[in-house]
Amino acid sequence: MTPSPAKTVRISDDSLALALGADAIAAAFVAAGCTVERVSSWGMHWLEPLVEVDGIGYGPATPTDVPAILDGTSPLAIGAPAEHPFIKPQQRLTFARAGLTRPLSLADYAATGGWEGLTRARSLTPIEVIAEVTQSGLRGRGGAGFPAGIKWKTVADAPGTRKYVVCNADEGDSGTFADRMLMEGDPFQLVEGIAIAAYAVGAATGYIYTRSEYPHAIAKLQAAIELARDIIAPLHIEVRTGAGAYVCGEETSLLNSIEGKRGIVRAKPPLPALEGLFGCPTVVNNVLTVAAIPHIMAEGGAEEYARLGIDRSLGTKPIQLAGNIKHGGLYETAFGISLRDLVYTIGGGTASGRPVKAVQVGGPLGAYLAPDQFDIPFDYEAYARADALIGHGGVVVFDDTANMGALARFAMAFCAAESCGKCTPCRIGSTRGVELIDRIRGGAVTPDPVVALPQMHNAPKVDRQHEGDIALLEDLCETMKFGSLCALGGFAPYPVLSALRHWPADFKA
Amino acid sequence: MVRDESLSEIIAAHLGREGPLLPILHDVQAAFGCVDPAAQEVIAKALNLSRAEVHGVVSFYHDFHEDVDARPHVELCRAEACQARGVEALVDAAEGAAGNRVRLSTIYCLGLCSAGPAARVGDTLHARLTSEALVKVIENA
Repeated sequence: MTPSPAKTVRISDDSLALALGADAIAAAFVAAGCTVERVSSWGMHWLEPLVEVDGIGYGPATPTDVPAILDGTSPLAIGAPAEHPFIKPQQRLTFARAGLTRPLSLADYAATGGWEGLTRARSLTPIEVIAEVTQSGLRGRGGAGFPAGIKWKTVADAPGTRKYVVCNADEGDSGTFADRMLMEGDPFQLVEGIAIAAYAVGAATGYIYTRSEYPHAIAKLQAAIELARDIIAPLHIEVRTGAGAYVCGEETSLLNSIEGKRGIVRAKPPLPALEGLFGCPTVVNNVLTVAAIPHIMAEGGAEEYARLGIDRSLGTKPIQLAGNIKHGGLYETAFGISLRDLVYTIGGGTASGRPVKAVQVGGPLGAYLAPDQFDIPFDYEAYARADALIGHGGVVVFDDTANMGALARFAMAFCAAESCGKCTPCRIGSTRGVELIDRIRGGAVTPDPVVALPQMHNAPKVDRQHEGDIALLEDLCETMKFGSLCALGGFAPYPVLSALRHWPADFKA
Repeated sequence: MVRDESLSEIIAAHLGREGPLLPILHDVQAAFGCVDPAAQEVIAKALNLSRAEVHGVVSFYHDFHEDVDARPHVELCRAEACQARGVEALVDAAEGAAGNRVRLSTIYCLGLCSAGPAARVGDTLHARLTSEALVKVIENA
């Protein structure tokens, strides 16, 4: 038998592929005499580690599959990844390079339209750049959905010579990984987006604040900033690492954290756009907001962006399909898609094969949606009308074994663990919420020990039954929702109340 | 003392930066396995802060500790997406395997939410964990 000629094999070096043994597979291909190229991930996570040989994908691969993959007889073949039914219908603008380029190759980046946005932005005045971003309709992708162009204009118009661009890469929501994939797979795009933002608002320094849970993303970003140093000069960009505090994803506590303080939320106003980092005007944008900028600033990009989407939610949204889903991964598409399509048509239903019970959209603070709500279009306002939120676009699927009472308790417990402690509704309300849900699920052992405390002398002295406890929980949620300083305490009621509304049976003893 | 020298070096390396405290604390935690009160005092002095301010920051963030725990450290994600993929069913076996030899802690989200349950040992990640696979990760930690 003659040895086959050396082949080039493409394997992702995304964290998810590494966690599933991509390095061992890469080593096996090298041992078999192949050249291995480490590229970004396509985002088809159920197929990771995905191996690409001669344009054909194979996955999920293990080192023992190497000989069969090389002689083309492996049953793991999925055809050309770009033609896969999961990839083909997507409208990838932010993730256009996913699966195609080597994350830290300047040549690959430039060959796929990299730096075009920055070059064109620099040929315009900052005012024109801001006008195009406004025209594109881009809204903050972190969850709040604030128009990016208006935020930039506020910072640009703010008095002061020292201004900052801060990229919020503190992606702590369970069920989200788009920021991580972008930082690991296409770090130059983020650098370019920050450079354009800094040019538009007149900032000399940019910070990327990311999580200590993302060591690979940190390494890639630092390497990318170093490689792009001359291109983005005189702008100085630094990566700052969080230290395990979920609340630092809130923009004002993030700013405090960069300043070297406890990650405590600041009251607004003043808005960070006027008094942000070190008291200076600061743009705080999410990774996906910043990463959408290079495309928007390329020739004709803003018009193309504004043509996509529905209503006031324009452009594309990278949606993350996670949890108990058969085909999980990254799905970037224009706004307007329904959960039914996402969960069943694209996601293939649950991984366990059991019926879908609930879907949580928007991270730990997002509402649980029941299957009868699956026709709501993916749109900021449509979700708000249904008492839900899009958040960062994470979609976590649960099968019928999930207990929604337990998940509601988890939402309160998570809020209690991660509360910064500044405002009372969040700090104390979350703990009282855990106790109350425990009491409800435990069958209302009367009397409530909290009510018996001397400082509770104003509480009604009748023993509360189930209905009374539910009413109290709803009341508590109301207080947290309207009384909390930031979204942590303010949104924690969403999962609790939605679980209570749709699955009351899970709140019985 | 070697420790004092390297502590001063860490502080000096970050002193010119804006907001140097968190980068210093990360490096001190990595170098010594903790940020103890003695180190907090030195850092406070160098940054012209009070000890209370530095202590406040150290105690706020989950990543910083005042005492050394030299045991191997396995962090298991128990956030919603990993719960949906059955992480809670692995916890008893994991705690049994960890015993007192391994420090097993809960982390909220490693960003591997489509392939949970997931765990982390230092910078090494593990996903699609079964009970057996997780026990093996803990035993090898």
